[in-house]
Amino acid sequence: MNGTSSRIPVRVGFIPLVDCAVLVAAHEQGFAADNGLELHLLKEVSWANIRDRINVGMLDVAHMLAGMPIAQSLGINHVPMPTIAPIALSTGGNAITVSRTLHQALHDSGCDLSTPLGAAQALRHVIAHRSEHGMAPLSFGHVFPFSCHHYQLRYWMAAVGIAPDRDVRLAVIPPPYMVKSLESSQIDGFCVGEPWNRQAVAQNVGTILMPVHEFWPNGPEKVLGLHQRWADENPDTLAALLRALGEAARWCDDPSNRAELATLLARPEYLDVREEHIIDALDGTVAFTQNGAPIRPEPAQALWLYAQMVRWQQTPLSAEGEHAARRTFRPDLLAQAVPSCPPPAANAPAHTLDGLSFDPADLAGYIQALDSSNA
Amino acid sequence: MGDDLKILVIDEDPLRAAILRDGLSDAGHLCVEWIADTANLFARITALDPDVVLIDLENPNRDVLEQMFQVSREIKRPIAMFVDQSDTAMITASVDAGVSAYIVDGLKKERIKPILDMTISRFNAFSRLQEELEATKTQLEERKIIDRAKGILMRQKGIDEQQAYTLIRRNAMNQKKKIVEIANSIVTAADLLS
Repeated sequence: MNGTSSRIPVRVGFIPLVDCAVLVAAHEQGFAADNGLELHLLKEVSWANIRDRINVGMLDVAHMLAGMPIAQSLGINHVPMPTIAPIALSTGGNAITVSRTLHQALHDSGCDLSTPLGAAQALRHVIAHRSEHGMAPLSFGHVFPFSCHHYQLRYWMAAVGIAPDRDVRLAVIPPPYMVKSLESSQIDGFCVGEPWNRQAVAQNVGTILMPVHEFWPNGPEKVLGLHQRWADENPDTLAALLRALGEAARWCDDPSNRAELATLLARPEYLDVREEHIIDALDGTVAFTQNGAPIRPEPAQALWLYAQMVRWQQTPLSAEGEHAARRTFRPDLLAQAVPSCPPPAANAPAHTLDGLSFDPADLAGYIQALDSSNA
Repeated sequence: MGDDLKILVIDEDPLRAAILRDGLSDAGHLCVEWIADTANLFARITALDPDVVLIDLENPNRDVLEQMFQVSREIKRPIAMFVDQSDTAMITASVDAGVSAYIVDGLKKERIKPILDMTISRFNAFSRLQEELEATKTQLEERKIIDRAKGILMRQKGIDEQQAYTLIRRNAMNQKKKIVEIANSIVTAADLLS
């Protein structure tokens, strides 16, 4: 054990969400200290702030949406900012929730709401009905242009021929305002992480249609993101950090630590919400390890997300873009730092709601197939 | 110096917004609009059609703004000031001051720079003002506690105010604590015993 003074300081940005758990546990349970690091956890209110503070070097590393390092490396709507993700901090945890009114309408369509495809078909019926009657299009909330939530909503809708840009409105809403927006009918549904889906149910405002992992399994949800510059200048610190986060991830996923983790996360300096809401969320689909090991951010997953960005016209398809996206997720850095971390079995993203399989080696072919299936 | 640039300030703090607005209007920018709450943000931005949007970094609605500018075809699409990174110092100063700017593409840098300089300096001035206010408030509260402790000692021990203060101060020095800490323990003890 090192004394505090000899530990290397690392500034870590996070957004108060259940999936910042690994960062909090690394600090609070001593995994960072054991690896010679002193973490300074800094709470942020927006993903844009996280991006900007990483860019100007006010933060060393941060909790990021999986799509952010890719969008930043590609320079979408922003100056290109080489960002890497050497470890994923969570998978799963998101759900699609709709207002009680919309849920009733979906139910009345007669479709089977127990499957993602059936629920999407119900939505298509409701959209068609509203359009015939001159009603305003339905609105759905998500959290950021490059968030999985955004791509998950679009992917789910497009699987049955709904054109998200034409048939519905998609809007970014900060997660803490999601339930209120649903209650005030500003939106009709949303895709967000916990505890907000459960909150909507608890307040009798909405109904959870499905957890997203039913059609989007195993994708990284949040990652540790950092500027390439910081990784180049601090290779040993980064390796120590990855070891600490790997140990913290295992601790977080051990069911016997759940209650303690919930108590930690509930504290005012972290999520500042009631402990029982966090316990509920931890019992859901969120996971901090995969096959008992820290989650590798696979380049194939980065390419899948890049394909979504191309599909929805956030960025054009190009060989350079493909190369940059692939180089964003760096499981090699995790494997170097944590040699005991087993390489996962074939980990190609399995997203087959629309019947199209994804081959990371043939991105152009996949996008072409998507285009011809787009409504 | 007149200027017809339309500037939108999004800030939940009315005092800071007023300080910034004053600064901008002194510099000749008369088309400055302020939004505090972000209800119906999209409709209001569409109506205002701003050239420059300034938003404080404590505002969670920054992410909402980013998406609006990215997808909207109905409004001019201001972009984050980071798009041109030629002036790193200014970008760092702005994030440090707690403010971010979105600027309609094509505006000349020499028109934008004074606006950003002004915004950064007003945000910093506001932080200093807030720190001073905070310090004054703490001082006042400490003074109140010390006065109460003195009153308790005066009643209990039948001494005058100066003697009561000397007693507290001596105890603080002996115990290597602050005067207000000793005063606080006296007040707490008295509350418990009363």
